[in-house]
Amino acid sequence: MEIIMSVVIGFLFMAAVYLILSKSLIRIIIGTGLLSHGAHLLLLTMGGLGGESPPVVAEGVSVSDYADPLPQALILTAIVISFAVTSFFLVVAYRAYQELGTDNMELMKGTEDHE
Amino acid sequence: MSNLLLFPIMIPLIFATILMLFPKKIKMQRLIALIGAAATLLAAAFLLAKVYGDGIQVVTLGSWPAPFGISMVSDLFSALLVATSSLIVLFVVLYSFPTIGIRREQSFYYSAVLFLMAGVNGAFTTGDIFNLFVFVEVLLMASYALIVHGGEKQQLRESIKYLLVNIISSALFVVAVAFLYSVTGTLNMADLAVKIPQIENTGILTVIAVLFLVVFGFKAAIFPLYFWLPASYHAPPMPVLALFGALLTKVGVYAIMRTYTLFFTMNTGFTHELLAIIAILTILAGCVGALAYFDVKKIIIYNIIIAVGVILFGVSQMNEAGVQGAILYLVHDMMIKAALFFLVGIVAVIFGTSNLRQMGGLIKTYPVLGWTYLIAAFGLAGIPPLSGFPGKLLIVQGGFEGPQFWGSIVILATSLIVLLSAMRIFIYAFWGEPVETKPLKKSAYQAMLIPSMILVAITVFFGVGAELFMPFVSGAAEVLLNPSLYIEAVFKE
Repeated sequence: MEIIMSVVIGFLFMAAVYLILSKSLIRIIIGTGLLSHGAHLLLLTMGGLGGESPPVVAEGVSVSDYADPLPQALILTAIVISFAVTSFFLVVAYRAYQELGTDNMELMKGTEDHE
Repeated sequence: MSNLLLFPIMIPLIFATILMLFPKKIKMQRLIALIGAAATLLAAAFLLAKVYGDGIQVVTLGSWPAPFGISMVSDLFSALLVATSSLIVLFVVLYSFPTIGIRREQSFYYSAVLFLMAGVNGAFTTGDIFNLFVFVEVLLMASYALIVHGGEKQQLRESIKYLLVNIISSALFVVAVAFLYSVTGTLNMADLAVKIPQIENTGILTVIAVLFLVVFGFKAAIFPLYFWLPASYHAPPMPVLALFGALLTKVGVYAIMRTYTLFFTMNTGFTHELLAIIAILTILAGCVGALAYFDVKKIIIYNIIIAVGVILFGVSQMNEAGVQGAILYLVHDMMIKAALFFLVGIVAVIFGTSNLRQMGGLIKTYPVLGWTYLIAAFGLAGIPPLSGFPGKLLIVQGGFEGPQFWGSIVILATSLIVLLSAMRIFIYAFWGEPVETKPLKKSAYQAMLIPSMILVAITVFFGVGAELFMPFVSGAAEVLLNPSLYIEAVFKE
């Protein structure tokens, strides 16, 4: 199971890198979304995929049957952080489109008084 | 009081929250931001005295035993950095009053500064690798808000790149933590330091160590990963630039120092040699940039990159002189970079441009500014009685004692280039034919100059009285070189 997940995560990272290297800003933001998906799935996979029961204390379940609760807490934290950052990034991209009139990264080079 | 080490994190957090309630009342904003920054500095000073007197302070949140809860650890190294960063934030708040402008002050500027302070102090204090990630995100989130604050065209364009680079490096940080967790099964730094030497397969740990170097290298702007910094830091207004230049890259440097001395010590022949080579390349890359530009901001920005290289070279030697020098130089560099950005900020305001070719002859009209800048520039280059000297001396000594003596030679040679780049600003802006300047109110000029002069005076005191600070520095270096002290302090609780 971990092998399949690793291949899937690798594919997500590949797609993310390809999108981040493109010209259009919105494709780049989609790429960062895929990148954080990959990172979160990797956190889940690296915690180990053993354990059938959800990590909620229940009658008649032995300790070894629970899934590892720690990676789930870490992912939950990482998800809200990347959600906040992505929404901020989208708003900045929208403002930049309004002010600069382009979403092409090639046209966003240089400084105002570039030497 | 055992919770003392949480105060430098909690106080700015509370004050930043209070400041969000009345964004339009500028006088109240200024007063409360100033009180918040001063109270944090006071708490940090008490913490430093406490750690110096009683040894490493540890709080495990919620009283869970050490590896299971989140430990907050304050040894002399982190207490020293917390005190320095609190001092710099206080001066940045003071310098912001005359420079930042009413429009920015009315839209949560001071809240963002104090949130950034909470994030920086938290990152210096935490003893848990995932908690470090969270605090780094806190300070990055505040820095995103500050870099785009005001919404000028240049700021919007550059903050997109800054955001993108930091999102990628944060995703890599999560990946690195995931790998480390799967190998060791713990996130507590002290527990990691116990578990990592027990693992026999050092190959995978070396890979993770290099991955952490890449992650923190993005934040600290080391050689191949510094490309985002010069353009991004050119965009925001001067007080924000001083805050970023003094604090943000130093969090990355601190994280590299902490991880490479505490737990990635299993294969020093590879990882620390790599760190030394990268540090030297960082210095050279920074020197090229510092000489290439005729822009006062760009010159000082490239000097940030040079200083990061010098500090990391000291750490990579892993001997007493090198690590002590790195700590001294880190504290010196945080203060001197803030002071230099303040001073060139005043110069840029007077001329209305940051282009050196359009400046000249300022020494006749503004002599105090000129001489203060000259002292700060000598301090940056490490002229003996001033603050850059003792740190660089110890780093060079550490290099000659350690395996990479050629690195020390490069550091000595590049000090001349640092001096040249800083003197070029002095020669172009202060000497020569006077150029027409923008009218500047005397009160506004003094409000900008006085905090800068006090900060320069503090750096001079830090250099002349280096002997006074040495017990703190040697105590800090002792913990970095003997991780067992850190581990015992955390597990004693």
